[in-house]
This record gives sequence, C-alpha cells and structure tokens, in this order.
Amino acid sequence: MTTTVLVVIAIVLFALVIFQLAKTTEFVAILRGEEKTHLESDRINSRLMMVFLILGMIALFWSLDYFMEDMVLHAASVHGEWIDSMFNWTLFFTGIAFLFTQIGLFYFAWKYKHTKGRKALYYPENNKLEMWWTVIPAIVLTALVVIGLYRWFQITGPEPKDSMVVEITGKQFNWMLRYAGKDGVIGANQYEYITEGNGVGIDFNDPASKDDFMPTEMHLVVNKPVLLKIKARDVIHDVGIHWFRVKMDAVPGITTRFWFTPTVTTAEMRKKTGNPDFVYEIACDQLCGTGHFGMKGTIVVETQEEFDKWAATQQPFYDQAIKGTVEEKKFAELSEKLKQAEEAKAASQHH
Amino acid sequence: MIDPAISPATHKVFTGDSTHHQDSMGEIHEPHNGHHEHHKENFITKYVFSQDHKMIAKQFLITGMFWALVGGLLSVVFRVQLGFPNQAFPILETIFGKWAPGGIISPDFYYMLVTMHGTLLVFFVLTAGLSGTFANLLLPLQIGARDMASPFLNMLSYWFFFMASVVMMASFFLPDGASDVGWTAYPPLSGVKESSPGASAGMDYWLVGMALFIFSSLLGGLNYITTVLNLRTKGMSMAKMPLTVWALLITAVLGLLSFPVLLGAAILLIFDRNIGTSFYLDNIYINGHALPNDGGNAILYQHLFWFLGHPEVYIIILPAFGLVSEVLATNARKPIFGYRAMILSMLAIAVLAFVVWAHHMFVTGLNPFVASVFVFLTLLVAVPSAIKVFNWIATIWQGNIRFTPAMLYAIGFVSMFISGGLTGIFLGNSSIDIVLHDTYFVIAHFHIVMGVSAFFGMFAGVYHWFPKMYGRLMNNTLGYIHFWITMVGAYMIFWPMHYMGLAGVPRRYYSFDAFQSFNMFGGLNQFITLAAMLVFFAQLLFLVNFFFSIFYGRKLKTQNPWESNTIEWTTPINAGHGNWPGELPTVHRWPYDYSKNGEEYIPQTTPLREGETGGH
Repeated sequence: MTTTVLVVIAIVLFALVIFQLAKTTEFVAILRGEEKTHLESDRINSRLMMVFLILGMIALFWSLDYFMEDMVLHAASVHGEWIDSMFNWTLFFTGIAFLFTQIGLFYFAWKYKHTKGRKALYYPENNKLEMWWTVIPAIVLTALVVIGLYRWFQITGPEPKDSMVVEITGKQFNWMLRYAGKDGVIGANQYEYITEGNGVGIDFNDPASKDDFMPTEMHLVVNKPVLLKIKARDVIHDVGIHWFRVKMDAVPGITTRFWFTPTVTTAEMRKKTGNPDFVYEIACDQLCGTGHFGMKGTIVVETQEEFDKWAATQQPFYDQAIKGTVEEKKFAELSEKLKQAEEAKAASQHH
Repeated sequence: MIDPAISPATHKVFTGDSTHHQDSMGEIHEPHNGHHEHHKENFITKYVFSQDHKMIAKQFLITGMFWALVGGLLSVVFRVQLGFPNQAFPILETIFGKWAPGGIISPDFYYMLVTMHGTLLVFFVLTAGLSGTFANLLLPLQIGARDMASPFLNMLSYWFFFMASVVMMASFFLPDGASDVGWTAYPPLSGVKESSPGASAGMDYWLVGMALFIFSSLLGGLNYITTVLNLRTKGMSMAKMPLTVWALLITAVLGLLSFPVLLGAAILLIFDRNIGTSFYLDNIYINGHALPNDGGNAILYQHLFWFLGHPEVYIIILPAFGLVSEVLATNARKPIFGYRAMILSMLAIAVLAFVVWAHHMFVTGLNPFVASVFVFLTLLVAVPSAIKVFNWIATIWQGNIRFTPAMLYAIGFVSMFISGGLTGIFLGNSSIDIVLHDTYFVIAHFHIVMGVSAFFGMFAGVYHWFPKMYGRLMNNTLGYIHFWITMVGAYMIFWPMHYMGLAGVPRRYYSFDAFQSFNMFGGLNQFITLAAMLVFFAQLLFLVNFFFSIFYGRKLKTQNPWESNTIEWTTPINAGHGNWPGELPTVHRWPYDYSKNGEEYIPQTTPLREGETGGH
C-alpha cells in the first residue's frame, strides 16, 4: 500500500512540475514577445522531428533484428511457403513506400520550418505528379492482387485425391478429433445425437461410423496432404495452426474445410529448433468465451510407417466408449425419437 | 426554398445592428421582431438542453473525453494482466473486488474489459466524440450558417448519445458484468445467454445501448447532410468548401447508409436471445443440452455487422482526414496540395467502403470466389489512400511550417496513417490474411491506422479549434510534451505488436501460458504495458490543459489566431447563438489561398482581385 501511495505522490509531484513549467513558459513568452517564442518552439520541434526520424529508424531496424528469430518461423507446409514468399514481396514494396513517405514527411517537417522572412511556395496542384502517384501504386497493387489470388485459389481449391481426412470439432474449450477407421470413411454425425458421452453426435446407425476413432492428439503424415473437416457444436471457434499457416473458423451448423501438406516432422522440428519438447499446437483463433486462451490441441507429424503403427493401436470410439454402456441406450432413445419426429414431419407434409 | 420564418439560418439573430440579413440562399429578409434582441437563456437551455451547435459540439467532446478516459483506463487494466501475468496487485482487488480475486484480474473480467474497451473507443469516442464534436462545431461555422438545419434534432442526437452512454455505463454494474463477447459481438457467443457470463444481461444492455447510439448517429447524420446541402452561405459553392466540410459530409452519408444495417443486425440478435427466433442460431449443444434453434446462420450476422463495420472505420478516419488537411495547410502556410484529388479520393474511399466488408471474413469459410472479389476491391482502397498521403506530404513541402501543437498532431497523423495503412495491404490479400487473421498483427494494424490516427486527428482538431470553442488558448508547452510522449509512446505500444502477430500470437488471449508457440514475448508484453501506462498518463496532461484553459487559459486577443482563411474565424470571439452578429459572410474564393502572390493569407471572404479566379 505504501508503495502505491508513494507512486501516486510521485506522479502528482511530477505533474505539478510539468504544470508549473508550462505556466512559466507562458509568462516568459509574454515577456519575450510572442514571435520570438514561436520561432524558438518551431526550431525545437522541427529538430525533434528529425531526431524522431533518425532514432525511430534505428529503433525500427534494431527491433526487427532483435525479434527476427521469434517471428520468422519458417512455414512447415507447402502452401505456407507460398504465403511466406508473398509476405516478403509485399514487405518489399510496402517497405519502399514506408521509407520513402516517412523520410519525406519528417525531412520536410524539419527542413521547411517557419523562419523569418521566408515565404511558402504557392503550389496547389500538379496533375502530372498526381497521375504518377496514382498509377504506380495501382500497378504494384495489381501485381500483388494477381499473385495473391493465384495462390488463394490454389490454397482453397479441391484437395488432392490421396488426401487423408481428419474431422475436428470445436467446443468450449477444447478440440475433438475423429479419424476414419479401417474402412477409410468417416461415419455420419449430427447434432441431435450429441450427448456428454458422444461429443460430436456420431450416428452409430451408419456402419461406417463403427470403426471411427477419436484420439486426443492429431497425427499427420509428413508430405501427405490432409483435409480438415471443421465443425463446432456451441459457438464459433477457429482452427489456427501457425506453423502450417492454417486458419479456418469452426461454425455451428456449417462444416468448413482446409487442406494442407505438412513438410517437416515433429522429430525434425525438434532438431531444427533445438527444443526437445517441441510440439505443433492448434490454437483457437476466434473468441469463444472465457476459456478461449486455453483451447489448445496438439499435432504430431510423422512418417507413414510411424503413423500406421500409431493408427493400429487406436481403438474404435464405439468399442471404447459406447458399446455396452449407458451411452448405447441413450443413443437408441435419441435415434428412436429422431425417427418418430421425421415420420411425423413426413406425415404432416402429406396432408 | 426555406421558409424564413422557420429556417434556423435566419431566426436566431441577436445583435441587431443590421436591419437586414441574408439567409443561406442569399435572399434578404426583414428581421423578425422579438426574435433577435432578447433570446432568453437560462442555465438549462444554455448548458444542458442547448440547441446551439457550438454547445452541442462541446457536449459531444466532453462526453467523448470521459469515455476515452474510461476506455483507455480499461486497456491499462487489461494490459496489466498481459504484461504481468499471474502477478498479484492487491490494489486491483481493492478497486474491482470479485473481478480481481487476490489482486489478479479474472478471465471473465479480462474479456469484459477487452470488449468494452473496443466498443467504447470505436463508437463512443471515435464516432460520437469525433464526428459529433467537429461536425457540430465546424459545419455551420465553416459553411456560414447560423446553426444546423434542425437544432432540435441536433439536441436529440446528443441526448440519445447520452442515454446510450448511461446504458453502457450501467452494464458495468450488473451482477455478471458488462458484455464480454468482443466488440464485434459474434453470435452464437453473443446470441446464447449461457455461453459466457457477459453474454447474459450485459449483452442485452450492450444491444440496447448500441441501438440508442445508432439513433443518435442517424439524427446527427441527417442533420449534417441537410445542413451542408441547404444552408451554405452566399458564394460557398461545393467546390469552395473546406476539406473538413467535405470529410464530415461524406462521413455523415456513410453513417446514414450503414448504421441502419447494424440496427437490423442488433434487433435480430435481440430476437434470437429473447424470443426464441433462429436468425443466427443452428445446431447448438451447450452446457450439456441441445438448443431448439434450427436453420439460422451465424455468418449472416458477420455480413450484417461488417456491412456497417467496415464503413465504420472510414466514419472514424474521414473526419480526421478533413481536420488534418485543414491544419496542415493552415500551418504550412500553403494550399492543400491537390484539393480536387483530395475530395475525389475521399469519395472513392466512401464508395469502396460499402464493397469491402467481407475482407473481415476470409477465414469464415466464405466462398473463395466471393473472397477474391473482396480482395480486389479491398486493395483498391490503397490507391486513394496513397494519393492522400502523397498530397499531405506535398502540402508541407516548401512550406513555412508553424509548429503549433495541432500541426504536430497533423504530422503525427500522417506518419501513423502511413504505418497503419501499409499493413492493410498485407491483411487485405486473403492468402496472407490466413496467417495474420486474428493475431496481434491485426491489432497493430487497426490501432495504428484508425485508433491512434483518428485520435491524432482529434487532438489536432481540439488544439486548433479550442480558441474558437472557448475564446482562450491552450498551453503550448503542455501541448508539445503531450504530443511527443504520445507519438513516441504510441509507436512503442503498437509497433512491436506486428512482431508478435508474425509469430502467430492470437489476439484476445488472457494468458499465453498454455502454448509454447506464443510464450516467448513476456518481456515485450511488459514493455508494451509500461508504454501504455506512460501514454495513458500523458493524456492526463491534455485533460488538465483542456479544462484549466477553459477557465484560465490566455484570452484570445485576435479573432483569427492562426491566420486562417476559413470563415469560422470571421465570427466574434465567443460568438453567441447565431454565430455572426450581423449579416452572414459572403464567400468569394476557395479556402486555401495561403502565400499566394506574396500575401500571407487571403480569407475566403476577401473579394477576388482583378484577374483572379475563385478556385486556384
């Protein structure tokens, strides 16, 4: 408490000093004459403009260098590399524009400060100049749009035929995963079947669903495309996997999709980063409630052999959590209820 | 034609030296007996339910300043959590009680702070506080009108804003707190009461507050447009209007066309929440039970929201464009460079504002082809923006710059607008947006380009027109200190956030403990928090300067302290209701004849010299 009081007192005293200083300069200004005071503050502020430009540029390049390692994470997916290269090109052009305009702005502010006897130049217009600085940005932007859209349609286009499929469902506040079992098909699910025990509402009447398994960790095969089928059961979430440059909302009532090809295994990444505990993480990137910041999933990228070995150990969800439990009875009840509702609906439509 | 008996342009003239005066259409009218001599004003009609646009401007400004203080303080509090995670500050528990148990801010409270910070700053400060203040103050004064087209609606506009403020303020004191679902209020999070503590009563208050706010904004906007179109004084053609007037006019048009859509979205959300409709809700299972809602679409809300939301950011920045253009030209003692290009680029931005909204939704599962159209249209916005930046820089080139605090803020604005605008080129390109969406890069982008920039525009405006508002001068030294701390501090806060965004750090995270991918910025977060506190305290200098100067500032000795051309400076110091004591001024030339033919400045009311044309 005493420290708080001391801090408050210090702030108040500091404010008083500044305030007195300000008052004093006002009196001095009156004594010295306004013009002289204005000339002096023009000189000081114009110099500060130059100081700001120089120190600002030093801080900019120093901090860029300092944080370079943390921020330039090399993408670990095929399309991620395309995006990173686009980012660099955009940075190149905007960087030129940034330096050109900021230096111009502060340099002119420093150079053309008010001085006695000098007149400003009456220069209201120059159509040629204005045409140039319309056309040049337009050309650069066109180039960026063309490259951007070319890549965009590749990224959002249909997934390759040999892709594996993983269903990922968001709920407050974790992710649920589902893989096709031996049949290679993920069974049907719908929200009417959701219970505490059947988190994504799998329809066990669909034979394809019987061998689906629901691991707690996502396993992917290196250099093999994967399609994520993304769902949510309560509010909007977002599957964000920064290393793979993946981000896609999970929206209740809608299935979204995103496919990508991981290029670096977890083991390789552990070597590359020097971090023996490295894991790929899924972060929720859309505010989903008060537990949003803890909504994490993890991914292991491995070779095909390792993956197959892992998949062989996975028990079907039905066998593991439903068969012979109270959940099986619950599902049967829900199934019956749904059937009746559908029949009633069909009957009413016949009338 | 306006009936002179009811026209506000004519019916409130006090100082009756002149026996004739002109209305906006340039017609001569006899003064109305009984109207012009003793316009009775008591405390209530002068300071509370005032219909004088100048007083309403001050009401908007001071209410906006109050909300800026509250909204800024909220951000300082949540920055404490980000900078010093899990560190106990007992004083927080003393102040906030159950929201900060053990002196650590709870996640519920954190999300409430974040949500209300965004809502208050975007709508209550940078929309109402900025447009409300300067449209009210400057439109009648700069076009030569005695007041707004409808002073009564104008008064209502403020009081609707005030009611909205009361509702928003009240929501902080609800048992479950104010809304905590983000300022964008996406359903189902905002649509289902049990999804989050602040999604219960707090969200209903938020929606009602926003609805009242929208009424206020529409009443104001209608008035601004009508005033500019109908009440310009003789000679004030559209092509002779100062850029402030153009900017505020375009802003009002944008608001009028887009705010009703948000009102619609909010009403549907109120229905979904309270009477069981399913506009936005479908297939939801939450807290162990399924909701009956069926067939809605959560993404529909985002379309409606951003159809306002994107024009909204231009509603925030356009007035700043206008204020800054005016301040730069006046203090560089040079005409604004490319007056026509400045107007055309604002018009282009306004048109594009309506066709870029889905760039906020690239990763919602939007049809990729639709997204591609929005990429193209979004990046088009960069062209008029670039024109504006080049023109501002060309304006100070070869100038004779007077560094008033307003001018410093105008230059600071251009710097911020460049820094924040350029990062928009990354985000507008959908492929790159996949990486940067919802990260700190976005926070850096919009805080710099519309938060800080608009604030700088507002500060430039307040320092520049303070003498017009109160007949006194603000203290320059305090202004200079305020500027330099804010300028350096704002960059220290927001620039490093780009780096965090590039590392993928998501926004709206209460802590980064759970993720090894994002936990390397602890030191940087601390730095940002300290910078935020510094900048917040620097704003107190401004507040002290402002309120002290209202009562004790140096009295203005001349009518036109900045030697400006625009006609608000032809009104007397402390002008009464009606603005000009005698006839309304007649305008002969554009407002930017600075340093022309060896003359320091030539006010708009100066008749043309031989061989001169009205333009330039």
